Amino acid sequence: MSQPDARPGLFERTGVIHTIIALIVLICAGLVVAEFFYVKHPHFGFDGWFAFYPLAGFVAYCFIVLAAKMLRPALRRNEDYYNERDRQALQTPMRDDDHE
Amino acid sequence: MSDWLGHAMASPALVLMLGAALIACLPRWLHGVWLLVIPAAALALLWQLPMGMHGQIGLFGFDLTTLRVDGLSRIWATIFLIGSFLTGLYALHVDDRIQHVSALVYAGAAVGAVLAGDLVTLFIYWEATAIASVFLIWASRTIKAHIVGLRYLVIQVISGLLLMMGTIIHYHATGSIAFDHLGLATPGGWLIFVAFGIKAAFPLLHNWVQDAYPEATVSGTVILSIYTTKLAIYSLARGYAGTEALITIGAVMTIFPIFFAVIENDLRRVLAYSLNNQLGFMVVGIGIGTPLALNGAAAHAFAHILYKGLLFMSMGAVLHRVGTIKASELGGLYKSMPWTAAFCIVGSMSISAFPLFSGFVTKSMILTAAAENHHWIAWLALLVASAGVLDHSGIKVPFFSFFHHDAGFRVREAPLNMLLAMGATAALCIGIGVYPAPLYAILPFDVDYSPYTSTHVINQLQLLMFAALAFVVLFRSGLYPPEVRGLNLDSDWLYRRLLPAIGRGIHRGVATLRAKIVAGLGQLASLAEHWLTEAFGTNGAAARTWTTGVMLLWVTALLAAYLLLYY
Repeated sequence: MSQPDARPGLFERTGVIHTIIALIVLICAGLVVAEFFYVKHPHFGFDGWFAFYPLAGFVAYCFIVLAAKMLRPALRRNEDYYNERDRQALQTPMRDDDHE
Repeated sequence: MSDWLGHAMASPALVLMLGAALIACLPRWLHGVWLLVIPAAALALLWQLPMGMHGQIGLFGFDLTTLRVDGLSRIWATIFLIGSFLTGLYALHVDDRIQHVSALVYAGAAVGAVLAGDLVTLFIYWEATAIASVFLIWASRTIKAHIVGLRYLVIQVISGLLLMMGTIIHYHATGSIAFDHLGLATPGGWLIFVAFGIKAAFPLLHNWVQDAYPEATVSGTVILSIYTTKLAIYSLARGYAGTEALITIGAVMTIFPIFFAVIENDLRRVLAYSLNNQLGFMVVGIGIGTPLALNGAAAHAFAHILYKGLLFMSMGAVLHRVGTIKASELGGLYKSMPWTAAFCIVGSMSISAFPLFSGFVTKSMILTAAAENHHWIAWLALLVASAGVLDHSGIKVPFFSFFHHDAGFRVREAPLNMLLAMGATAALCIGIGVYPAPLYAILPFDVDYSPYTSTHVINQLQLLMFAALAFVVLFRSGLYPPEVRGLNLDSDWLYRRLLPAIGRGIHRGVATLRAKIVAGLGQLASLAEHWLTEAFGTNGAAARTWTTGVMLLWVTALLAAYLLLYY
């Protein structure tokens, strides 16, 4: 293992990151426009609403990630909570951020 | 058709197990060839077997059917054998006889179980998978792996015992040990259902997966991810297709592991939660039970074994080279391991069900079946879960290991055999996605389904791309939870903390009670001692000295009484 290169890698350059984000936004915009150009076959009614799938994707994703984030304080414990670490591992001190 | 193909000896399961026995004594340099030749030979044999019930033998007074070849069992045996070949390739560099032997015995037992035509044969192979697989965990040779392996084995054996009890009760009730549709109408049916449910990682019975899989060896985890849970899915499809309860169970299974996957730091454990979530899709399909839904469950199991194996392979390669698999420690590995990163992304796109990848052509069958049968709650749950899959397996796993900030690791690319295994698996993932016809052709029922309609492609892309957009928004705004070290409590807390605590409480209570009883008895004893001393002690009534006159008086009285009695 050596030190990281001074030059940022391809996916660390701001320009590349911005291009990727711009691409995602563009594709999303295109997919909303596409709503006007295909025939829907809704099974339940609500799945035929305008932009149902884009909204479902966005909202469901945010709900999952934010709900999990809120659960974390209740569920998170020290890595050695069950006291099953190996002896070698016990010799390496845990880092500062390993609080309960 | 040759006559010998109908005999129990012509079993692909036995081919794998005999191969394992040979590996146990072959020189090391032959292991490589053998690990690839054996599964290939077993696969060739499987496809030579004629459809129907074969391999009848007598055991314990039962007539067993060791080889049932039909659409359902053949697709499962096929993917198990393909999986065995790919993991053999992945593990070629491993210089550990125990792992190679247990991998082949485990695969053989799993193939034997799906080909079992009766519950007794199923039970024998069911237990064999448990015993063979635990060595892949113990092969890590750490204290933690030892403890985890024991816990894993206990849970697997409990599942086996439930299967045995259920089989006995079922046999007494019906007089048959045939492994066909069982249903929940009888007590035996319920016991067997729970036995399958443990191995299928039903909610609250699930935690052995997340506990054990991440503690196995690099290749051991890949191997474990293939067989046990999918064998349980097969068994549910065989015995409980169309059981309504499975729709609810499956829908819960798709949702709740997602939250744990989002906040988990160990990336192999993230994949174990993700595996649980994918099993939920299959369980819903089995619960719906229509030919389309069962085809969907079978096809999804097939695709799932490949893409989940691929994801575990790529994370295994990272662990092999870097030495850790914690998201909080990793990052920027695309510079050192570009091929592994690319293969991991193929696995991620497949599990997320992007068009042209395998998940797209299989998962959608289950969703369509749910919609066609008007299970709108289950359908919505699967939709939300699909967005969740994009997070933990589609984005989190590749992003935090290969991209994100550069953690400074400069390692070599994965070994060639690992790359070849990942490459072949990735090719299959894309191949199934682009050209699903061969997979559809071996499904248990005739397929009248085409995944590539404009509606389906657009809707799926909308769902996934907007979920990806949500990731960008949350990540850039700092709302996305950071990867931090730690352990998340799950249902295993119940038996690792609560149950022992209750046990200790009971022990303390019993000890206190015992002390009280002993103290009470002590008091009684001292009372008795006091009384005895009073009566028989040196100053007691019994020890008093009496005069001869008193004695004479008593003797006279007794003789008088005598006289009276006999008069």
